Amino acid sequence: MILPILGLLAGLLLGYFCPVLIPFAYAKLFSVALLAALDAVFGGLRAVAADTFDQAVFISGFFTNALMAAFLVFIGDRLGIDLYYVALLAFGFRIFKNMAVLRRHILKKKEKNESA
Amino acid sequence: MIKIRKGSWSVACVCMVLGFMLAVQFRTTQDMKSSVPYQRVEDISERLLATEKERDVLKEEVQRLQSGQSNPADAQQEEWRILSGTTAVEGEGVIVRLDDSTAASKAGDNPNLYLIHDDDLLRVINELRAAGAEAISINGQRLVGTSEIRCAGPTLSVNNVRSAPPFVIHAIGDKGTLENSLKMRGGVAETLKVWGIKLEVETSDAVYVPPYKGAFRHTYAHETAEREEDK
Repeated sequence: MILPILGLLAGLLLGYFCPVLIPFAYAKLFSVALLAALDAVFGGLRAVAADTFDQAVFISGFFTNALMAAFLVFIGDRLGIDLYYVALLAFGFRIFKNMAVLRRHILKKKEKNESA
Repeated sequence: MIKIRKGSWSVACVCMVLGFMLAVQFRTTQDMKSSVPYQRVEDISERLLATEKERDVLKEEVQRLQSGQSNPADAQQEEWRILSGTTAVEGEGVIVRLDDSTAASKAGDNPNLYLIHDDDLLRVINELRAAGAEAISINGQRLVGTSEIRCAGPTLSVNNVRSAPPFVIHAIGDKGTLENSLKMRGGVAETLKVWGIKLEVETSDAVYVPPYKGAFRHTYAHETAEREEDK
């Protein structure tokens, strides 16, 4: 559990001090990709809590979700369909759902630990 | 607590990517929120200042050149100078003061009606010209053949110089005719009074009209022999 958190912190620091800025035209795509990535991570946490965590699924899901989300929004922009909001809604919804499931799992585990 | 069995390293890498994305997005958002519009405003206002400075310098140069050139000449040339508006002139005429209405606008009324617009001013100028005004200035801007009077946001632009109400129009001509042209029944003064726009006409025997301070530029027009206009 420590290693991923350390990785997250390293990434935050790297991103904060790295002089990379997303150009305005791609800001939308990037934010959707970020949301998809967040969703994947929450999904992973949930899987960990449910003891169904599969690393390959997690990593592939992380990247394909992010890239596909950005790609879909890109295509939507070209076609004049604003898929941006659809992606926001879908991923936002899933993040909240995953969080709820995660919370329930953790609470259940605590109960078990206390009763045991 | 929760354990991730194997390959924590790759998960850590993924988390690092996520962190990187989060931080970059955060900074991008901050950057967009704070700097872009303000930077643009600053940029544009700086350019405006620079352009205005340049304009003033050019104006001075034009004045210098014009004053150096004005050797005593015959009556024809004086006539031209007065007509073209390059010299200050004085004579009998009227001073017209126009100001926005102070009347409270009624509910549902368009507040624009209570303000002086370019077309109000144009009508006053038109009347004065029709009454034989020989030289006219608006807030110190001499009207010449290329002068414009147009709306520039909340202000009016004359000779590309903006000014805000009250507008003071100096017009040289027969003072009685000029005054009557504005004050006649159904005339400009009466129409503007409906909206409460203040229009005061003052006659004077020594009305001063300043010279045109801008530059004359002719890029497209050439002199040519006189001929019938193409139809």
